[in-house]
Amino acid sequence: MAEKIGRVPVREQDPKVRAHNYEEVCYGYDEQEAVIEASRCLNCRNPRCVQHCPVGIRIPEFIAQVKAGDFAAAARVIACDNSLPAVCGRVCPQETQCEGSCILGVKGEPVAIGKLERFVADWSREHGGVSVEKEPPNGMKVAVVGSGPSGLACASDLAKLGYEVTIFEVLHKAGGVLQYGIPEFRLPKERVVEPEIDSVRALGVKIETNVVVGRTLTIDDLLEKEGFRAVFIGSGAGLPRFMSIPGESLNGVFSANEYLTRSNLMKAYDPESDTPIFIGKRVAVVGGGNVAMDAARTALRLGSEVTIVYRRTEKELPARAEEVHHAREEGIEFRMLTNPVEVLGDDNGWVRALRCIRMELGEPDESGRRSPVPVPGSEFEIPVDGVIMALGTSPNPLIAGTTKGLETERHGCIVASEDGATSRPGVFAGGDAVTGAATVILAMGAGRRAAKAIDAYLKK
Amino acid sequence: MYAITKKQMLTPSICLMDVEAPRIAAAALPGQFLIVRAREQGERIPLTICDYDRERGTVTLVTQIVGASSRMVCALEEDECLTDVVGPLGRPSDFTEVPDGELKGRRYLFVAGGLGTAPVYPQVKYLHGRGAHVDVVVGAKTADLLILRDEMAAVCDNLYVCTDDGSEGHHGLVTEQVRILLDEGRKYDQAVAIGPMIMMKFVSLALRDSGIPLVVSLNTLMVDGTGMCGCCRVTVGGRVRFACVEGPEFDGYAVDYDEALRRQTLYREQEQEADHICKIGRG
Ligand SMILES: Cc1cc2nc3c(=O)[nH]c(=O)nc-3n(C[C@H](O)[C@H](O)[C@H](O)COP(=O)(O)OP(=O)(O)OC[C@H]3O[C@@H](n4cnc5c(N)ncnc54)[C@H](O)[C@@H]3O)c2cc1C
Ligand SMILES: Cc1cc2nc3c(=O)[nH]c(=O)nc-3n(C[C@H](O)[C@H](O)[C@H](O)COP(=O)(O)OP(=O)(O)OC[C@H]3O[C@@H](n4cnc5c(N)ncnc54)[C@H](O)[C@@H]3O)c2cc1C
Ligand code: SF4
Ligand code: SF4
Ligand code: FES
Repeated sequence: MAEKIGRVPVREQDPKVRAHNYEEVCYGYDEQEAVIEASRCLNCRNPRCVQHCPVGIRIPEFIAQVKAGDFAAAARVIACDNSLPAVCGRVCPQETQCEGSCILGVKGEPVAIGKLERFVADWSREHGGVSVEKEPPNGMKVAVVGSGPSGLACASDLAKLGYEVTIFEVLHKAGGVLQYGIPEFRLPKERVVEPEIDSVRALGVKIETNVVVGRTLTIDDLLEKEGFRAVFIGSGAGLPRFMSIPGESLNGVFSANEYLTRSNLMKAYDPESDTPIFIGKRVAVVGGGNVAMDAARTALRLGSEVTIVYRRTEKELPARAEEVHHAREEGIEFRMLTNPVEVLGDDNGWVRALRCIRMELGEPDESGRRSPVPVPGSEFEIPVDGVIMALGTSPNPLIAGTTKGLETERHGCIVASEDGATSRPGVFAGGDAVTGAATVILAMGAGRRAAKAIDAYLKK
Repeated sequence: MYAITKKQMLTPSICLMDVEAPRIAAAALPGQFLIVRAREQGERIPLTICDYDRERGTVTLVTQIVGASSRMVCALEEDECLTDVVGPLGRPSDFTEVPDGELKGRRYLFVAGGLGTAPVYPQVKYLHGRGAHVDVVVGAKTADLLILRDEMAAVCDNLYVCTDDGSEGHHGLVTEQVRILLDEGRKYDQAVAIGPMIMMKFVSLALRDSGIPLVVSLNTLMVDGTGMCGCCRVTVGGRVRFACVEGPEFDGYAVDYDEALRRQTLYREQEQEADHICKIGRG
């Protein structure tokens, strides 16, 4: 009978209303809704969902606790594998991970695993959180570079093992992309991100902001002068890419990172903030990932009319399905199979239009994806006064460039083994700095594996 | 929080402050800068490290009031704090990589416009202290706006002052004084110009045929200062570069100044509005 109930819909802000505010779009389940949704899970003996969660959360087990109404027990199950559940429940690409392989999805709709995880994490936070056991201090210091998901996860696991951990963060606020990249309407800062960071602090982890590793201190300084026995580098992939087309330096062309940093980290949307942000009448966002969706929906909320320009088709959009759906509902226009060739300016050097060419899908390439090829003679102009480039990012070369013997590969990613060991003994790395731009859950998982490896290395 | 241990108004619109930041003081080199926030909702603004005292753990900033955020920095008093200070950012000047012995006897020409005097100062001090010959041309609108005059005179070989109104030194632009020096037959191994973008553009034009290599320091707009946003991008030699990490110093003959000038005006309207509101707020 369980399968007969459909997936419990989640309450959301009306698209017309939310297009003008920064409040979280999705309200999440309440207790009753969560229990009903949990009752849909078949508690599979060989749960496919678990195999497709990158950190292997014991999904049927926590869902069974939700069904039984013991939310605290559910939170304890999740905490064994995920140290940022309130974040992952909100931002994981569930449709390609846990939910994408849920058995119920074969015939109908998969269990809302992400929404349930989020519910449990939010409930647990509001009820005092999961108490953690901490080993007695072992007197050894470990440094963590970067306070994104990988750094936070690595630091908290090491602190639980008794290490004295300091995180060094270049920005004035901790959280990495969770703070500066993903917008408030998807991931509330005060309500969700900051409590997660506070709970890492509560484990005794020290967070020193405003420290540029590579300039204020080098990795070698940390190991040789500051008394750290090992270092974890979780510095992310923050370097924005541009297209190298004519007109990209015109006034009105921004990287998504600039746009999002101004609005998220610097709160430029808030009249109280001193940081300015560009508000176009009509803005084109180039790209199709989460970053593009976030930039587009931010521009929309600031009052611009927004078009997303993407060179492949709907099917290939790398963004989370939910974000694409929300963006559409909010009134963002999508132009698929379209690629910019030039940004056109007016006499004063401001953007006046984006010149694009139509694309069609050609033969599949080595990756099996059909790559887009331009249709000759199909150029056309989209009149806009702002263009936001969301074309992906790569790791910042600053740390690699200032650390002797730290091996990197072609794209600037730090070379590290599965457990995070780099070419330098005592130096570990993980997250986007190693893989290139990926996901919160993968970064977190890498941080946790590195914590284990650092512990093994130091206790050798 | 970063305590201000000393504050002095150099002119009614330019203030000098020493700020406690021991890690930065220990690592700073000439050519580098900081990013500061004056308050919790404050903007991140770049300011050059004008001096550093490694023992006392302080860095010296010289800030000119041009808008809301610089006004806020200058409104802070001794024993108050800047909310955030991060650095040192940017690449140190190239000469910091030259072994000290080789700087001896090298001939440098510095051209500083307006507030540019502040970033020029640590460079001149560094080079002069290592036996280089350093001539400095400083320009200001009027004598009252000249800053660090005595300090500069103490660390260079010749100081040439120019004022737009003739109230001190040469009556006219720094580029005219540069011409005079070249016409007198002075030889330089390296020139450095720091000041308003437009001044650097004209210095580069004035020096173009002289064969003297020129370095300029670009004061683009910035947000993070770490290479993350691309707001600071400039075209140098036909390539897009991020001033905060690949600069702020670049080959003065390769910079696209007109583009850089235009990009500086990106937020002008909003800035003017913000400064206006801010002034009203303060009565
Ligand atoms: C706009 C946007 C939306 C996204 N949406 C999603 C999503 O919906 N779902 C999802 O799973 N993933 C999403 N991602 C990707 C995800 O956020 C990242 O994969 C993840 O944050 C990587 O974590 P990290 O710890 O490796 O690095 P980051 O989160 O990038 O953190 C790195 C930290 O290191 C700091 N740092 C860098 N260099 C230095 C230095 N030299 N010294 C000191 N500190 C330094 C940085 O300031 C930063 O705080 C999104 C990314 C962006 C940009
Ligand atoms: C590497 C670097 C080093 C710098 N060093 C110093 C320094 O030592 N002392 C100092 O006083 N200033 C310095 N600046 C400039 C300083 O950052 C700006 O004056 C400041 O950000 C202005 O902020 P505001 O809110 O007060 O003015 P805004 O309201 O932002 O600007 C007011 C007007 O000032 C002009 N302006 C804005 N930003 C700049 C800029 N970056 N350069 C030139 N003009 C600008 C524009 O015309 C603008 O309309 C430096 C800039 C850079 C990039
Ligand atoms: S962490 Fe992500 S993939 Fe794993 S169960 Fe939670 S939402 Fe699914
Ligand atoms: S695959 Fe679906 S039904 Fe089976 S245990 Fe996982 S969530 Fe439950
Ligand atoms: S200021 Fe952001 S990249 Fe230079």
